[in-house]
Amino acid sequence: MNKKIPFNLAIIMLILPCLLLIAFTHYPAVRALINSFWNNASSRRPSKFVGIENYQTLFEDDRLAQVMFNSTIYALGTIPVAIGMAIGMALLVNARLPGTWLMRLSFFMPTMLPMIAVANIWLFFYAPGIGLASQILSLFGLPPINFLGSTETSLLSMMFVAVWKEAGLFMIFYLAALQAVPENLKDAAKLEGASNTHVFLTIVFPLLRPTTIFVAVNALINAFRLVDHVIVMTHGGPNNSSALLLYYIYEVTFSQRDFAYGATLTVVMVCLLGVLAAVQYWLLNRKAHYQ
Amino acid sequence: MKTLKYLTTSCYAAAIIGLSAASTYAAELEFYFPVGVNAPAVETIQALTDEWAAQNPQHTVKAIYAGNYVETTTKALTAANAGKPPQVAVLLSIDLFTLIEEDVILPISDIANTPEDQKWIDGFYDGFMKDAEFEGKTYAIPFQRSTPVYYYNKDAFRAAGLDPESPPKTWDEMIKIGKALTVKDDNGNVTQWGTRIPTLGLGGAWLFGGLVVSKGDVLTTETGIEARIDTPATIASLEFLLDLSEQGVMAPGGISWGDTPKAFLEGQTASMWTSTGNLAFIEKNATFDWGVGFLPGGDGPGAPIGGGNFYIFSDTTDEEREAALDFIKFMTAPENAATWSIATGYVAPRPDAWETPEMKAYSERLPQALVALDQLQYAEREFATFQRAKVTQYLVDAIESVVTGNSEPAAALKIAQEGADAVLSDYQ
Repeated sequence: MNKKIPFNLAIIMLILPCLLLIAFTHYPAVRALINSFWNNASSRRPSKFVGIENYQTLFEDDRLAQVMFNSTIYALGTIPVAIGMAIGMALLVNARLPGTWLMRLSFFMPTMLPMIAVANIWLFFYAPGIGLASQILSLFGLPPINFLGSTETSLLSMMFVAVWKEAGLFMIFYLAALQAVPENLKDAAKLEGASNTHVFLTIVFPLLRPTTIFVAVNALINAFRLVDHVIVMTHGGPNNSSALLLYYIYEVTFSQRDFAYGATLTVVMVCLLGVLAAVQYWLLNRKAHYQ
Repeated sequence: MKTLKYLTTSCYAAAIIGLSAASTYAAELEFYFPVGVNAPAVETIQALTDEWAAQNPQHTVKAIYAGNYVETTTKALTAANAGKPPQVAVLLSIDLFTLIEEDVILPISDIANTPEDQKWIDGFYDGFMKDAEFEGKTYAIPFQRSTPVYYYNKDAFRAAGLDPESPPKTWDEMIKIGKALTVKDDNGNVTQWGTRIPTLGLGGAWLFGGLVVSKGDVLTTETGIEARIDTPATIASLEFLLDLSEQGVMAPGGISWGDTPKAFLEGQTASMWTSTGNLAFIEKNATFDWGVGFLPGGDGPGAPIGGGNFYIFSDTTDEEREAALDFIKFMTAPENAATWSIATGYVAPRPDAWETPEMKAYSERLPQALVALDQLQYAEREFATFQRAKVTQYLVDAIESVVTGNSEPAAALKIAQEGADAVLSDYQ
């Protein structure tokens, strides 16, 4: 079993995955960077080097400003709520209550459904006048709300779906973390007369901190990467009120076919995600370990 | 990357040469098509494609359903850029300028160049050919073409004491009749709106074009470099849309294209503007008596023409082009165009299709189908320019920001015009 792999074979085996990484991760990123310094050429417009012109456009782009604002609101709105609900659900299914398996299943169900299907189901819920949401409102004599068709509610409606979909996934992380909390710490605290709330706040929650940081940063990265819901439910509308960053990149690049500006936006997003990932490592290394 | 591309291209070329040496006239066609309406379109296309393949055993054809219009164009262009385009595709008529700019399609009039072919091309309705031509050449052949029409619930008209045989003809009548059709419950909530004109996204921009035509103007011209977004006609049109919801005839806020037929069938609205491509869907599902009329107009009738045309891609062999042309001729032949029109509601693009017995029986059974044909003489091309997606987005943003109450018509259209002009200035 412990036979040594020949040196040459080892090199080849290391290079192969490395090539995949270069072909599918590094090459596109570098290519995007190079493309972002060129104009969007076509048969009717010759290709030319434009330097940082595309980057200057970023600052004059009102839609980009709106999209960044939406993405930020989306992240700040969904992440705390999803984390709060995930902890609540994890505590609930971790408690020794009857029917926990059913609860676990139903909490996790939204996460298992495919994104596009989920978005289509919610599209129907939200349909003004005929959808489930409108029918519930009308039971109480309230007028139907045009959830996805007005600028005030379209982003909120999408955030609601995101929380519903993501909380179940985060619950799994918290459940694993909760089961790793040593019982003796809790028992000791209870002997000292601490209430359940007190135990949670001073013992359990601090021990969940690595999980919280991990979940929060991943949720933040996801918030900037979300595209499926937007395409199915609103196409970013009305008036760009529900457009998020990756959707905007998709639209500029593949629908408007402005590959140069799309590449520029991609560079912006890669930098943003890089910074977020760096912050994640820094936080995890600094604050997450308890001796 | 470049060498890789050459390598694949030359492999591909070698394969094609090998194939054509084996059997001189064989072509393998890939045919991309979209579906933009609620109809059994995929089955019908597949059946027609199979029939052509059976008649032409030397060729093969693969019909590929590629999603909605936008997705199909994206897929076809991506495949073309990668050097493996479909040989033939149905794409939006307004994608003409994009396809020309990307240099991926051939003028069909260059392939169909015999006098007989010319007669065939001349046999399509002029209205549908307007946006198939550029710089004197015919680039596309009409196939799934439509105009929007005014669908109305005759039972709701009767309940409101209105004549079910006289739908509104003008904007003023639309508001007056719309008010009579609006029904509220005891809480004062509207249970049935007077009308429903989708205002969101591309569908909204398409219908907006109809409003503008009825005010005697057009949004774009055949040059592809002119967008007329900020004109008296567009301002009046946008004010009319706003007026409909301010007068309580139409639900406030943005109205989506996709929900509209459903809302009509559920009785949530007494009338709607949508494509004739939904005729078959409404006929199949309506539980009430319904009718179809011209779009009510500002100064007279007016409508946009929309839908998709056949295109032949340029990165193809002569055999493939011949086969593709033959395939298009087959699909638009009178009896097949009739089959397609009856299955979906799209307007058959040639007068001779309307002369077939099937089509005559159909228009007798469903006289609503004739309305779009009669309306065709008042219809104008849909919004199309170079960089269409980018330029149209300015118009879409303007309409959406006004109907959601975030800006005033004149101000929003002025901003949109500036944005569009900046993009199109590269082409002047």
